Amino acid sequence: MLVNQFLFLAALIFCIGVYGVIARKNAVLVLMSVELILNSVNLNLVAFSMRNGSVDGQTFALYIIAVAAAEVGVGLGLVLLVYRNRRSISLDDLSEMKG
Amino acid sequence: MVAQNIGFAIIAAVMVVGALRVVTTSNVVHAALWLVVVLAGVAAQYLLLAAEFVAITQILVYIGSVMVLFLFGTMLTRSRIGRQSDLNNSYWKLGIPVALVVFAAMAIALANSFGTEKMPAEAALVSTQQVSDQIFGPYLLPFWSLSFVLLAAVIGAIVLARKD
Repeated sequence: MLVNQFLFLAALIFCIGVYGVIARKNAVLVLMSVELILNSVNLNLVAFSMRNGSVDGQTFALYIIAVAAAEVGVGLGLVLLVYRNRRSISLDDLSEMKG
Repeated sequence: MVAQNIGFAIIAAVMVVGALRVVTTSNVVHAALWLVVVLAGVAAQYLLLAAEFVAITQILVYIGSVMVLFLFGTMLTRSRIGRQSDLNNSYWKLGIPVALVVFAAMAIALANSFGTEKMPAEAALVSTQQVSDQIFGPYLLPFWSLSFVLLAAVIGAIVLARKD
């Protein structure tokens, strides 16, 4: 197994996630794309953990999983709040902060 | 080694197809289900990388709870479950060149840095004991702060979603 095969896979998933964040309008789908990005980062960390023969990468990956779970909880809470106030979760409609 | 590479290739292909479907499908529930495929693929890659505890955690936390949250979010914010055409921005085509440029930059950097470097052949399986020795040893302080982050997230989610 090459080191690069895992890193290239993670890079590909990351770029697909970036495309999703840019292209999607629905807030739930944007959160899903963010999950893709976080998972690609985790894959990188675990791959480097094996390459360096150290457990640190796996520890970081576990912490990122916990933070991602918290992020999804708060993010979906925000989405629900926006939906209750506006009956829509289209990100294009949220433009009050626009200068 | 050959068997591992074949396994990697199959799982990687499934993951890439699933990820592409997540960002292109026109049905929010289908996107959530394709995301399950990608997350399960990531867990399988963790097993290939000899990280069994991270793989189990991935399955429990992501497929078990995060997916349920996503499906609940879909259910509570949309009256209609099915295809809809307005999921993309008007400028969604802009995302394709951005993603391609980012991928090209990363591919060049990775190819230059690691080339054909191989994983260590005799990688020992990392036991759960080693991981927990790390978490409760040198990384204890981040673990504590993470507990507070989770507590704050739980309280914040309740405050945000409460009805009054």
